[in-house]
Amino acid sequence: MSMVIDWELILQHSPALIVAIPLLGAFLTPLIGRIGPKVRNGFVVLIALVTSFFVFLLSNDILTNGSIRTYVFGGGKPLINNRFAIRILFEVDGLNAFMIIIGAILVLVAVIYSLKYMKEYTGLDKFYTLLLLMSVGMFGMMMTGDMFNLFVFLEITSIAASALIAFWTSKGKSVYAGLKYMVISTIGALFILFAIAILYSQYNALNMAVLASSIQYSFLDKIAFVLLIAGLAMKAGIAPMHMWMPDAYGRAPASISILLVGATQASLYALFRVTFTLYGNNLTAILKHIELDLLGNSIEFDITLNGVLGILFIALAVITIIIGVIMALKQTDFKRLIAFAAVAEMGYMLLAIGAAITTIGGIDPETGAMIIPAQGLMALKGGIFHILNDALDIGLLFLVAGAVYYATKETSLNKLGGLARNMKYTTVFFFIGLFAVAGMPPMNGFASKLMIYESTYLINPILAIVAILCSILLLAMFIKVLHSVFLGPKIPKFKGVKEVPKTMLFAMAIIACIIIFIGLFPNIVVENIVTPATEALHNFSNYIGGILI
Amino acid sequence: MIYNIPYVAVVALILIGLYTVVFKRNLIKIVIGITLIESGVNLFLITLGYRENSIAPIHTSSSQGSIMSLPIPQALTLTSIVIGVAVLALMLSLIVHIYRHYGTLNVTKIRGDEE
Amino acid sequence: MMELLETFIKTLTAINDDIRIWNPLIWVLAIIIALLVVYIIRGFGRRDYKEGTGQTQAFLSGNPEYEKEKMHVPGENVYWGFTHALKWVYDIFNKMHTGNVSDYVLWFVVIMGIFFLILGVI
Repeated sequence: MSMVIDWELILQHSPALIVAIPLLGAFLTPLIGRIGPKVRNGFVVLIALVTSFFVFLLSNDILTNGSIRTYVFGGGKPLINNRFAIRILFEVDGLNAFMIIIGAILVLVAVIYSLKYMKEYTGLDKFYTLLLLMSVGMFGMMMTGDMFNLFVFLEITSIAASALIAFWTSKGKSVYAGLKYMVISTIGALFILFAIAILYSQYNALNMAVLASSIQYSFLDKIAFVLLIAGLAMKAGIAPMHMWMPDAYGRAPASISILLVGATQASLYALFRVTFTLYGNNLTAILKHIELDLLGNSIEFDITLNGVLGILFIALAVITIIIGVIMALKQTDFKRLIAFAAVAEMGYMLLAIGAAITTIGGIDPETGAMIIPAQGLMALKGGIFHILNDALDIGLLFLVAGAVYYATKETSLNKLGGLARNMKYTTVFFFIGLFAVAGMPPMNGFASKLMIYESTYLINPILAIVAILCSILLLAMFIKVLHSVFLGPKIPKFKGVKEVPKTMLFAMAIIACIIIFIGLFPNIVVENIVTPATEALHNFSNYIGGILI
Repeated sequence: MIYNIPYVAVVALILIGLYTVVFKRNLIKIVIGITLIESGVNLFLITLGYRENSIAPIHTSSSQGSIMSLPIPQALTLTSIVIGVAVLALMLSLIVHIYRHYGTLNVTKIRGDEE
Repeated sequence: MMELLETFIKTLTAINDDIRIWNPLIWVLAIIIALLVVYIIRGFGRRDYKEGTGQTQAFLSGNPEYEKEKMHVPGENVYWGFTHALKWVYDIFNKMHTGNVSDYVLWFVVIMGIFFLILGVI
């Protein structure tokens, strides 16, 4: 009897399976934990592996075929109103496929790293439950096609993340950091809900594609737009609302910091989705038409929405980069320094996308795409590519910081030194992370940062100058960390320090291998993975057409 | 005109809640401020579904010629209330831990070693 | 294999918005050649030194050598010149990053107000 696997059936149901399997696993973990810790660890790794398998299957299909998959919840035949299904639905196009690949890599690495890192603490049943719940929230936020569903998954992610940040309850600082994260997340999410309610009251629809095809830019829509981008920018860590990031990243366990990077980037993805797809039709709306009459020549020009919005994004992004880099040079705590570097990297992504928004020419009426010149398209590609690179680089640095804390129980840079003799592999991984974050050639940070430098230089040279300067300062501050933690003479207090266990080294090696692979062959990654994602952004009508039945 | 009073109440609740979060120094008062903002948003959601002279949206209790208020905002509000309960419970339990460590609830006195 | 080589040479010599000289494989080659040169120069050193005498001790311009914990420059003092020269910038930034939640929400309200004014009024 031959077993023929029906790949089409599995692919049809995979958007729901990616969210359902970790949810089931999260609530079975305390039951299986009664048997023993090793069985529970194996179960959690199995759940993470199965979810990653479905993620890679789904994204492989979407990125090679260029089609959009929709999954309508609720079984049976949905009600149809003007050919749109009225249910909660998940819609996965090129940009969503790109984001869930990042999420799957981060969840897998976090689970493998936590096996030995958290071994000596109690209450690990709740830890793994919350970790799987946080990954449910992340995947749901990255795949959903419904605005209220976005709010629900955003709240799931923040509640689980806040409880995980405060996991080390014996230290007062971690609990206070968890409370601060919860307050900030709740206020941001409540204002997002307010904006969703305004949009619902006008158009009687919660579905992103239905809203995108029917938004006219009235006054209430302007208020909703402002609330949405302010709330989502606060969750994404854009200055001056970034100050929760060093507290939350710096006090959490290392494997939770790497998942928090994923959650922050999911909020940045939601910001881009709102700007490009929801308000895509009105992005070139003319706000004011100015006519001046100077000395006989009459000058008239229009102030468009995308010009104002792009300049606003660029201003905030430049402030973010500068604040992140300058504050990081003074820190003495290892993880807090890496958290400020993460703040600066978020600024790079927003700089590239903001620069691309300013160059949008108009909307092509036949194909429904935005007209972007070549440098704007390269800026868009650089910004999206940088999301992947930044998650990997900052993740690797957080894992190295966790490894140093595991071996020496010290986090202050003033007290560490000379660890390269005892921890050889960790030093090599730190080298790879250092070159990747600073944007040096054989690593992946160089490929995306080169695209950002080249494209922003063609738009305005000052942006490229600021970006390159702050990249050099990033290199300087990580050389400082390298010197004070790893190089230097043998300090007698750390004589007995051993290398970290092999599971943690394996988790770091996975990310290092992906970094080196993307760094050596960036063309393959840009053609196959990044270009479908950017096409999904500026051909926004495909998203609307994808849910027609 | 009288049907605009709930909207005025929504704006008043949100502004009072924001004032409490920004300007009060006690951690419990900050949590109360968050609850006020959440009540304001829930009230806004409910008010959107009201139509004039409508009855509750139950299918079996409709007679001929009566309109019902919209049921979808009521479902959204229920979800939001449940999320608010979970958030409130988590924040209060974290505050209990903080009080055990620092001995005070004043935000300016819980410094740790911030930089 | 030959087509890989062809695409490699094409990315080297293409004119418009390709990677050209910044191709990472060229850089890996250059780094390997540089490391080889370093290794050859290292091989010119002398091998007849005695361990433990004054020939292998660190030279600190005649200053005495203290214990190892004091000799290592701690992390905070590495860039002292830079942070001391920019003290006025750090004073402003340290006042911003206070650490209590109310200030964080105040910044959020300020930015939301600025967005309202720019996007709503203009």
